[in-house]
Amino acid sequence: MRLLRFKSVTKSYSGVPALDGVSFDVKRGQFVSLVGRSGCGKSTLLNIAGAMDFPTSGTVELDGVTTSSLNETALTVLRREKVGFVFQSFQLLASLSVIENVELPLLLARRPQARETALKWLSQVEMEQYAARMPYQLSGGQMQRVAIARALVHSPVLLLADEPTGNLDSTTGDIILQLLQEIARNHRTTILMATHSMEAAGATDTIVRLRDGRVQEILEPAASKSV
Amino acid sequence: MSYLKIFYYLFARPLWRERLRTTLVIATVALGVAVVLAIEMAGEAAAGSFRSSVETLAGSADFEVTATGGVSPQVLTRLALLPQALKLRPRLEDYATIAASNRVVPLIGVDMLADAAANQDNAGAGEFQNDGSIWVGKDAGFTVGDKARLVVNDQANDYTVRGIIDSAGEAIVMDLAPVTRLLRRAGQLDRILIDVPTPGDQWQAILQKALPEGVTLAPQGSHTAENRRMLAAFRWNLRVLSYIALLVGAFLIYNTISVSVVRRREEIGIVRALGATRFAVLFAFLLEAACFGLIGGLAGVLLGRLMATGSVRLVATTVESLYVSSTPAPIALTAAISLTGIAIGILVSVVSALAPALEASRVVPVEAMARGRRDHEVRMQQGRDLAFSVALAIGAWFASQQPAIGGKPLFGYLAALLLIGASALAIPALVSVLSKATSNAVGRLLGVEALLASRSLAGSLRRTAVLVGALSTAIAMLSAVGIMVGSFRQTVLLWMEDRLQADLYLRPTGPAGADRHPTLSPAVLASLAALPEVAEVDPFRAYEISYGGLPATLGAGDARISGRYGQRPFHSGAHPGDVFARLIGHDNVIVSEPFANKHNVKAGDTLELPLGQRPVRFQVLDIYGDYSNERGYIIMDRGTLLKYLPDPAPSNMAVYLKPGTDLQTGRRAVEKALGSHKAIVFTNRSLREEAIVVFDRTFAITYALEAIAVFVAVMGVAGALLALVIDRRREFGLLRFLGGSVGQIRRIIIFEAGLLGIFANIAGVILGYALSLLLIYVINRQSFGWTIEFHWPVTVLLSALSIVYAATLLAALYPSQVAAKLVPIEVIHEH
Repeated sequence: MRLLRFKSVTKSYSGVPALDGVSFDVKRGQFVSLVGRSGCGKSTLLNIAGAMDFPTSGTVELDGVTTSSLNETALTVLRREKVGFVFQSFQLLASLSVIENVELPLLLARRPQARETALKWLSQVEMEQYAARMPYQLSGGQMQRVAIARALVHSPVLLLADEPTGNLDSTTGDIILQLLQEIARNHRTTILMATHSMEAAGATDTIVRLRDGRVQEILEPAASKSV
Repeated sequence: MSYLKIFYYLFARPLWRERLRTTLVIATVALGVAVVLAIEMAGEAAAGSFRSSVETLAGSADFEVTATGGVSPQVLTRLALLPQALKLRPRLEDYATIAASNRVVPLIGVDMLADAAANQDNAGAGEFQNDGSIWVGKDAGFTVGDKARLVVNDQANDYTVRGIIDSAGEAIVMDLAPVTRLLRRAGQLDRILIDVPTPGDQWQAILQKALPEGVTLAPQGSHTAENRRMLAAFRWNLRVLSYIALLVGAFLIYNTISVSVVRRREEIGIVRALGATRFAVLFAFLLEAACFGLIGGLAGVLLGRLMATGSVRLVATTVESLYVSSTPAPIALTAAISLTGIAIGILVSVVSALAPALEASRVVPVEAMARGRRDHEVRMQQGRDLAFSVALAIGAWFASQQPAIGGKPLFGYLAALLLIGASALAIPALVSVLSKATSNAVGRLLGVEALLASRSLAGSLRRTAVLVGALSTAIAMLSAVGIMVGSFRQTVLLWMEDRLQADLYLRPTGPAGADRHPTLSPAVLASLAALPEVAEVDPFRAYEISYGGLPATLGAGDARISGRYGQRPFHSGAHPGDVFARLIGHDNVIVSEPFANKHNVKAGDTLELPLGQRPVRFQVLDIYGDYSNERGYIIMDRGTLLKYLPDPAPSNMAVYLKPGTDLQTGRRAVEKALGSHKAIVFTNRSLREEAIVVFDRTFAITYALEAIAVFVAVMGVAGALLALVIDRRREFGLLRFLGGSVGQIRRIIIFEAGLLGIFANIAGVILGYALSLLLIYVINRQSFGWTIEFHWPVTVLLSALSIVYAATLLAALYPSQVAAKLVPIEVIHEH
């Protein structure tokens, strides 16, 4: 069942194309990686998928809704309900404790029982014992786990991860990838992950290779490994 | 050259990119400088360039002869009989009110035939002697041939302008003979100006020998010099108040440069790694501050000139109400003042930037610290800062116990500065404790936006503390001055309650002035006393005298009546009836508190006063509280005064109606009895109301200065919030990624401003209370000698604090707008 559809998506900044006619679908529960060189359009595609940016032409449908047709309020609601983000540099708020960082999306959405839900998700990423700590007291891997818990705390259908292992050593990176795989598998959460690393991409169900803003190829991991 | 390049890359470009914030910082400096210059120029125009208006037409005279109650013409004869070729110019001096404009101008009587100044006019001797002829200064607003209605004492008459005298300013000039008739001062002169033929030290002795004992011989202009001395304390305090805005500005410059250092720490590390010396970094940061100072100083000079125009009227009003009749001189923006303004701007900016610039220069090349760590360090230093804070507060207490130096409460000011320092050092702890204690509750109560705002403030403690410090200092000064003025006002109200016991009060028509004592005809006294509605009339006569090199007021009333009705509390605690009884028939006086403090006079001391043609010794019986003017009073019984100065004309009168007499009926009877005499009749209530109006007008300048300091602080908050938005753009972008709405981002900024405002209000009121005690019990007492009872002006304070709070919230509107417009995908990956 399709969750996300990119249809002839083009995006240009000041006339310079970042994406050029990108079209592909992502199924519910699918773990997809976007690979390619720097500047190939991976992050732009993630932003557009999460309704943080919009195509210059073409459309993006998220859970049956065309994102560019929504107004600011509807977009905020869409993000609050359907999308979670994980970043390369974790992006935890330094002034909030671990548990407060995780419950933040629920608080912003004024959802009830934020603390309980946040604790549940911290436990899912095996970080519940660090709930009261401040971000600067955590390692990189721990921070990324917290960031993942925060991205999932509101049970989004789509998790967008931009180089989630980029700032981590390979062992920690592998653990994070395993975690993402489990999430996709156990929670039927669709994950779209941008990465430089073919090794990381190998952990995903599908690899979308981008080049100069275009989809160069779409591969299954086995096929991509053979490339 | 390379330093300048570093400066250009690291500072000029970012400053230009953040033009609005840069503009706000420069505007802060400009306003601080402008206020200082405006007060300096306005003070100089209204008080500093003071020249006693009654000395108009004094020209280049060498000496002047004066005596309390007037100089006898015999003195003139004695001087004329001296063998030396002296030029003598006898004068009568008073004030006239121009009826059309209700403006008070000096009225000078001179011997017009003899006076060269008047010889420019072609009028004949007949015109000089004419009671209806006047000559006017070119600033009086008349042209030759104009008809002018003047009120002099209690008489209104029409006059014809016969000529214009360029050197007479705004004065009205008449010949001696008609002015003597007009003022009812036959046999009296106010001043004899003396020009000696050759300069030399011998003249004082020669002239003194020819004069009777009670007559004062002084170099011409000593009246002006006395007034200037009297005005010095007033100007000094005004000047200190004007520095508050600058002080608040200094906090904000410190904040700006600190933020600059924190934000560019990584860049500084890189530049140092690339070979920049510590000095280059220090130089660059100080140059940034100096640029703020230079541009702000230049703008401040221009703004100051504009503000001086507005403030000169306020300063002049205070001078007129409390001290002396004067007309402000033109405002002069001199090169020296302009350069001073620019220098102040640069100096304050560079000094404020010194600490953060030094910190920047200590950044080691490999360093690229996170802001969080620096804030952590601030938190770690809270204990040390609190200890310093306590030490400064103790120092402030010691300083507050020290006496004035040269009549200036220098230790009082030092104590105020130490208190401000103590508060600034205690604020990080206050903010930390308050935000920690309240953030969760605030979050639960007001939502996640408030929680984020609270945490953010506590998280960027260094910046928050400086901002709260700046705003709280402004609020503290506002509160302190508010409490002081409110207490003073309440004290004056209570004093009037005690002092003003009569039903009606009369004084000659025309605006009142601290050094003007126009008189009512003695006939009025008799006709009022004869009215069936009237129980008693207490005539009060006042003379301007010089005592101990300062102007003072000598007054006399009917001690018998004052003793019967007066509830005036005396310092000794003696019953008023007993003290007034001892004034009757004896050379005894009571003195007001400002007089006693100025001249260090105590009960039991003896004062020697030159009265008429001889010095008379008076014993001081007691000291009483008085708030009517700052010159100070010496009061004796009317009988005693008339014994030495037998002029029965009273300056004002208090009328006590018979019990059961309706006030309005009594008033109508008094007004009818006045006949053609021009006098204002106040009821007890209306007199009090007028006094409070004058009081409020007097302190208008103080409030204006405080308002500007608060404005500077609020502007600083706006600038700082803008910086905060720029700094935290990634965080705001992230919140949007996490589902935060534009409205929520906006609310976070507004909440931050709200919390800043609350912290600043709490710190400001605590500091303000301490400063108000200093103002009331140390600075005011040492400067002016007034005893003020402490009162909380709750309504005024609450209104002022609410306005400041609302202004702080308004200051957040634009930064919140900027935050709301941030494009999340652009800012999320920025460092």
